[in-house]
Amino acid sequence: MALLPLLGILSSAIFSGTSLLYTALGEVINERSGIVNLGLEGVLLVSASSGFAVTVRTGNPYLGVFVACIVGGLMNLLFGFLVITRKANQLASGLAVMFFGFGLSALIGNPYVGKSINALPRFELPILSNFPALYASLFKFDVLIYLVIPMAFIVWWLLFRTRWGLGVRAVGENADIAFASGRDPRLIRYQALFIGGLLTGIGAAHISIAYAMNWTEYMTGGRGFIAIALVIFSRWHPIRAIAGALLFSTAVAVQLVLQNSGINISPFLLDCVPYILTLIVLIIWGGNRKQSAPASLGRVYEGSD
Amino acid sequence: MAQQTDIVPRKTIVQRWIESTIARYFYMIVLSFLLFGLLLLFIGKDPIQSYRDIFTSTLGSPYGFSEVIVSMTPVLLTGLAVALPSKIMLINVGAEGQLYIGAAFATWGALTFQALPAWQLIPIMMLLGLLGGALWAFIPAYLKSIGLVNETITSLLLNSVAPKIIGFLVFGFWHSAMDTNKTARFVQAARLPTFFGTRVNLGLIFGLVLLIAFWLFMKYSRWGLEMRAIGGNAQAARRNGIPLKTYILVVFCTGGAIAGLAGMVQASGYYGLMLTNFSVGWGFMGFLISWLVGGDPIGIIVMSFIVSLIYSGGNLLQITSGVPYSIINILLALTLFVVLARPSFAKGRK
Amino acid sequence: METLVAHQSSKNTKPPLLSMVGITKSFPGVVANDSINLDIYASEIHALLGENGAGKSTLVKILYGFYRSDKGSIVMNGNEIQIRTPSDARQAKIGLVFQDFSLIPTFTVAENIALFLTNLKAILNLHSIENQIIEISKRYTLDVDPHKLVSQLSLGEQQKVEILKLLLSNARILILDEPTRVLAPHEVNALFMVLENLKHDGYAVILITHKLQEVTGFADRVTVLRKGKVSGTLIRSELSEEKLIQLMFAKKLISPIRQQLLRPASEKFPVMELRSIETHGEGSSIHLKGIDLDIFPGEIVGVAGVSGNGQKELGEVVLGMERCAHGEKLLFGKDATHWSIGKVRKNRVAYIPENPLQMAVTGWLPVVQNMALTRTWLYARWWGFRLDLNKMLNDARRAFERLGFEVPLLFVPAMSLSGGTLQRMTIARELSFDPRLVIASYLTRGLDVQSTLAAHKALLDTREAGAGILLISEDLEELFSLSDRLIVCFEGQIVGRFKPEETNPIEVGHLMTGSKVAYGSTD
Repeated sequence: MALLPLLGILSSAIFSGTSLLYTALGEVINERSGIVNLGLEGVLLVSASSGFAVTVRTGNPYLGVFVACIVGGLMNLLFGFLVITRKANQLASGLAVMFFGFGLSALIGNPYVGKSINALPRFELPILSNFPALYASLFKFDVLIYLVIPMAFIVWWLLFRTRWGLGVRAVGENADIAFASGRDPRLIRYQALFIGGLLTGIGAAHISIAYAMNWTEYMTGGRGFIAIALVIFSRWHPIRAIAGALLFSTAVAVQLVLQNSGINISPFLLDCVPYILTLIVLIIWGGNRKQSAPASLGRVYEGSD
Repeated sequence: MAQQTDIVPRKTIVQRWIESTIARYFYMIVLSFLLFGLLLLFIGKDPIQSYRDIFTSTLGSPYGFSEVIVSMTPVLLTGLAVALPSKIMLINVGAEGQLYIGAAFATWGALTFQALPAWQLIPIMMLLGLLGGALWAFIPAYLKSIGLVNETITSLLLNSVAPKIIGFLVFGFWHSAMDTNKTARFVQAARLPTFFGTRVNLGLIFGLVLLIAFWLFMKYSRWGLEMRAIGGNAQAARRNGIPLKTYILVVFCTGGAIAGLAGMVQASGYYGLMLTNFSVGWGFMGFLISWLVGGDPIGIIVMSFIVSLIYSGGNLLQITSGVPYSIINILLALTLFVVLARPSFAKGRK
Repeated sequence: METLVAHQSSKNTKPPLLSMVGITKSFPGVVANDSINLDIYASEIHALLGENGAGKSTLVKILYGFYRSDKGSIVMNGNEIQIRTPSDARQAKIGLVFQDFSLIPTFTVAENIALFLTNLKAILNLHSIENQIIEISKRYTLDVDPHKLVSQLSLGEQQKVEILKLLLSNARILILDEPTRVLAPHEVNALFMVLENLKHDGYAVILITHKLQEVTGFADRVTVLRKGKVSGTLIRSELSEEKLIQLMFAKKLISPIRQQLLRPASEKFPVMELRSIETHGEGSSIHLKGIDLDIFPGEIVGVAGVSGNGQKELGEVVLGMERCAHGEKLLFGKDATHWSIGKVRKNRVAYIPENPLQMAVTGWLPVVQNMALTRTWLYARWWGFRLDLNKMLNDARRAFERLGFEVPLLFVPAMSLSGGTLQRMTIARELSFDPRLVIASYLTRGLDVQSTLAAHKALLDTREAGAGILLISEDLEELFSLSDRLIVCFEGQIVGRFKPEETNPIEVGHLMTGSKVAYGSTD
């Protein structure tokens, strides 16, 4: 039956895509306020290792998730200090944070390599009990997976239906106009970075505590950069990011099935798909104002103090 | 004589530049060492002993010193690959990818022309490396020149694609009989010569020669002048008849070519074969170094040396004192943080 | 939204809503506002009239809190108030619509307005905001669809949004800076209908403009500024175009200092011909339409007009910086419509812009290098790998000397030179290689008297040598004294062609401000 492998792909995509989506959601908030964080990989690593460490020590995965979440926020605040208060170049600062993350995460995680943990429990939604067990078993997810799509909607709501979100988007488009409306662009950026960092931290937690359930150095495997591509691909929109995350992670999940069916598409090439798609999207929509980046993305806000 | 009075002010500008640059580097070096010491204390090692170990084995021993040079070589080239476009305000974060593609092209050359003698094969591989890097840089350069997409985003995305292409090629076609993720060792003719029994290879000469050429070029040549004009005020330069689009394309692709050459150097000189994920961040490191020193070639040489010193020292300590490798990344990052947080020090002309 | 009871007429019997008293503001080198008194009354449209550089913008920015005056005070309801930031101004119920709107293109109308509301709730109720917008917009015929993105709106509609923004944030005094610059004629009428309605509801409108018809048609009170001072205030019943022109411009005619043309220009081949040139400026809203212009060797063609009516674009089209959407451009007889700037310059065309630091030089490069920038090929040796520094130095020195300028320090960065010296440098550079066509675009703007005279002499000398010169300027004295022929630009078209002796600044002033169209003997 062809259905099983298809559902298998879907399940696999959902598992691997969840952390991607959380991370991308966090970065969407950041970039909507005008800040691009190339160091996302580093933030993910530090959060993942911290969360894992806490989980091993306390045996409580929920605590681990919580700690990873907060650590993500703190890492972003560090980044924010450099680019907002010290007005440093965002690209260079991001890369510095990336290297920092490589080192710090290895340091934190080192004692815990190879340890096993009480992972986040996985369970099915009650509706699925109507289906044959074989299929239903593919959809036993942990709580973070169930929460990720609602979270995307919450982020959407936050950005587009609250006064705060309006301010964030205004800062990302034109910090001077935001200032003229009586807001403090710097404060808003800090807030955006912190909340974005919290989401990234949750994404990191999912990798080490819920999905892989272990810790190895550099285990995020480039997810930070894929997330940045995903943000661009979904044109900075949280709901579109859901589709994008699914698309990106499906490309990876499809590899296994293709291999089994004897179709020989190299996994390496399939790994390129997210980036190629993003490039295509950029080229197609590059000239279009509405679909393009927040206008002050990457720019330092000088302020008139 | 009018000539005389013109020359006097020139000296003071140069003097001031030297002073501020030396002050900057001194500050960074001292800071690095202090932070390193603090970190070592933090993880319970003895800093003084560690310093002594580092010095004796890197600066104190010829082989140790040569190892520093070896790790410095690729970054000289990738730093230049970023510095050149930065002179006209283009941001090349894609050196990592350009490095990979250049290495890929060079590898193809090494595997295909195995029968040729070294004096033919090496230049061929160099050309291929340059070509590969330039091609990879062409996409962002073109998109930027027609004003469609920012070169930072495109080169960043292509960075992630390049290693996968290498993986595809190595895994699918080029791998040796024994390993699926590396090629066989290159023939001797495909390997860059090394010096004095160390691992220092000809790539060092490429790097130094190109950096000096870059310095001379920017300072004395006609195109250097026009580039500096663009970098300082692109709209005025355009008004003055300088062709912006042409420069964007040529300069960015040249930067890419140089990064491609770095890839060839590492494949041919350092590894002697091709493997997946062969870069340990040389492209990104080049970006950081170039940015930190404001694209200044002498600065690139100095900073590359310092960074390599940190890495080699750290490698060494890992072996001798059990200091984890991760410390190096942390130290590097902390040094960067300090420099980033003090804009007055990071302000070279970018 | 409360509305005040409609006040009738603009008699001086009631106290002003707001007064600016003795406002003085200086910037380095220029006194922008000199002891200005301005009274703003409710239910009035108060026009602020003057040329560029007269001080209108500065005055209004002081009122809105962008600048702080050096002297003077602002009085409201009998009390002196401090306006230090735009927030203070908004609290005083003062609202300003900039020339370049402060709207975010990717936001909807409603979102843009919401951004500036002071009583915005934490959870947006866009629906109620949209309803408010619709209600107010109906009341004052400012119809805009609140759901549309600003980027989808025409400039006229964007302006409506800006006004709605002010109204919804409870402004009482509305300042509009050159609002009709971006409007089509029917939109202008619509705007003034809106202003009339607002006036009747007790709002005070300050209208900055240079267009006389608007003032005579709609203003209840006019204050005319000239060179930083108030040159007169008139109320509606006293208004006439003649009086306004006299208040705006210098009254006397400056006798020309140029000599007679040695030979009639029309006997030779033109150095530049423009035929039906049209542009579609992206960014700027000024499009050139149907431009026909010839320039002959040895003549100066002056281009008059209030800044923003297409003169700058005209200069840029000739240089090649702005593309011709339609029409033909011939330089020295050859079809140059699609030439690159480099090619145009190689054909001995010079371009002297205003503001050299921003537009003509690279600030941190030394003077000698900047001097060589337009002709680097001349100095290239060894296929471009070396530059002949000695030749650059000699050429630079000679360039200054033949114009009688003092040779500055050649190795210092260009930005360390004063503005006047920098412009002299640009002039020396551009004129040094005997150009056949010179485009001078506001070249004496912001320049001190000495540098201005030097620039004028340089242009005249170049004209003597047989070059054709396109002189774009906002200074009528300059134009009248230097030009052999004069054209006037208004809203992207040429509305007048004369010889200076056939006309006078007043008539030209009319054309510049759109009041009538006239042609002299040169057409």
